Amino acid sequence: MTFSTDIETLAPATDAEIGEKASAGRPVPVAVISAITITAIIGVWALASYYALVSPVFLPSPRQVVIALYNLIVTGFVDATLAEHVGASLYRIFGALIASILIGIPAGIAIGTSRVGRGILDPIVEFLRPLPPLAYLPLIIIWVGIGEASKITVIALSMLPSIILSTSAGVRSVSKDHVNAARSLGATRRQVLAEVVLPSAVPSILTGVRIALGAGWTTLVAAELVAATSGIGFMIQSAAQFLVTDIVIAGIVVIALIAILLEFLARLIERRLVPWAAHR
Amino acid sequence: MSILTFRDVSLRYPPQPGRKGAVEKRVLDGINLQVASDELVAVIGRSGSGKTSLLNLAAGFLAPSAGTITVDGVPVRGPGADRAVVFQDDALYPWLDALNNVAFPLKLKGVPLAERRARAQALLDRVGLADAGDRNIWELSGGMRQRVGIARALAAEPRFLLLDEPLGALDALTRTRMQEFLLRIKAESGAGALLITHSIEEALLLGTRVVVLSPNPGRLTAEIEAGFNAEVRAGASVAAVKASPLFKRMHAGLTGLIHSGDDEELAA
Repeated sequence: MTFSTDIETLAPATDAEIGEKASAGRPVPVAVISAITITAIIGVWALASYYALVSPVFLPSPRQVVIALYNLIVTGFVDATLAEHVGASLYRIFGALIASILIGIPAGIAIGTSRVGRGILDPIVEFLRPLPPLAYLPLIIIWVGIGEASKITVIALSMLPSIILSTSAGVRSVSKDHVNAARSLGATRRQVLAEVVLPSAVPSILTGVRIALGAGWTTLVAAELVAATSGIGFMIQSAAQFLVTDIVIAGIVVIALIAILLEFLARLIERRLVPWAAHR
Repeated sequence: MSILTFRDVSLRYPPQPGRKGAVEKRVLDGINLQVASDELVAVIGRSGSGKTSLLNLAAGFLAPSAGTITVDGVPVRGPGADRAVVFQDDALYPWLDALNNVAFPLKLKGVPLAERRARAQALLDRVGLADAGDRNIWELSGGMRQRVGIARALAAEPRFLLLDEPLGALDALTRTRMQEFLLRIKAESGAGALLITHSIEEALLLGTRVVVLSPNPGRLTAEIEAGFNAEVRAGASVAAVKASPLFKRMHAGLTGLIHSGDDEELAA
């Protein structure tokens, strides 16, 4: 037995090798397995509705849902097309995102860099963070009314903790050598913050924004279910009241697709803005 | 000529409150040292002898517990561009390309964009990286990164370069090339240099003087004049200098000095 054979015997098998041994061929890509799973779920759903195993009132066929989606796009539901409902929802979520970024990043910097800032803001963030947004939605409606402001406020509040905490974590995790290098090159305190601490925290801030978008999207739909006259959540709630289940399911599919799209966009922006994050 | 002076400098860390049996930690004790701007003073010593603390004091990252550190008689009260530090792990900013890393100290000074780019490019030319300006930091090799780090320090136009084991993470071949490079750059810049290294060979080769720190607490126990850097600057190859009998004798002598306490330590 040669030395190299010994090494090969001792080397742990990789996932790919295990897959190869199991199937005695090329391993099946994960994407293919996922596609088969989705197809199987839709197939079971189609069969269940075809053989009327479940009432169409509760579970319309995939075809009915596709038709409902088409109708939503073309003619709309409850006085607005799908694009208008989605537009209303996106307006709220991006309005809230801008507000939470404008408040959250400075607050995160204050927590991350100042004892006083931490003392003042930490209890507020810790109070807000575990609260379900719908718990304070009624209070927000009392304070700012039933209009757009209440929804944007509640969504922004649900986004804030992620952005504040990720900013403060990013600020605190700045490399000591990076800060010392700037100081030894003549940077003032303000320059250290602007030229070193903030750029260094950007990857963490972007991760916070991505998490915040997920939290905000969940809150948005919930807020629209409770108090709205447009938006994707409102559309689903209205459809549910009239037992128009195909619209309800079409709405859920649209919500999921938009959430996936937002996540994809956020990751794309992250890769474009901070390609260095993987190399530090 | 500028002079960086340590006068009776000590560094102690007080016992940590709440820790039972905690005692004051004496890191450096009674350090007296001068570095002139035509010198490169190399500091060697075992791990824990306080080499990096000495550099951090010179940089102003730490304040001495006793004694004074001055530059041309003016006490050091914190970090400043007159004492630029080159770090072992380069501490370059990954969000900036090589050119903008070098231009960083100029930006801090408020130098206009066009001028700072031209000056940074000239510095990159000087360190042999003329075409690397638009490269990302992570695309550069270890040696190239250190050259960018040195160019960045030079951009601050310091009176002293504080070199914290800048070649410590490089492979042997790159390290030899960088040693010659460091000598050339130091001579051209006109700045004094304090070099921290754990390599006796490097200290002897680069240092105008070599000072030895003994541990617990760090004290200067020896100081020798080493003229090998002048030979290298005059054109002698690093390999030939290292092979000379005098270099070998001094290397052996310094090794003995640094490890003189090892036997007692092992016995204890």
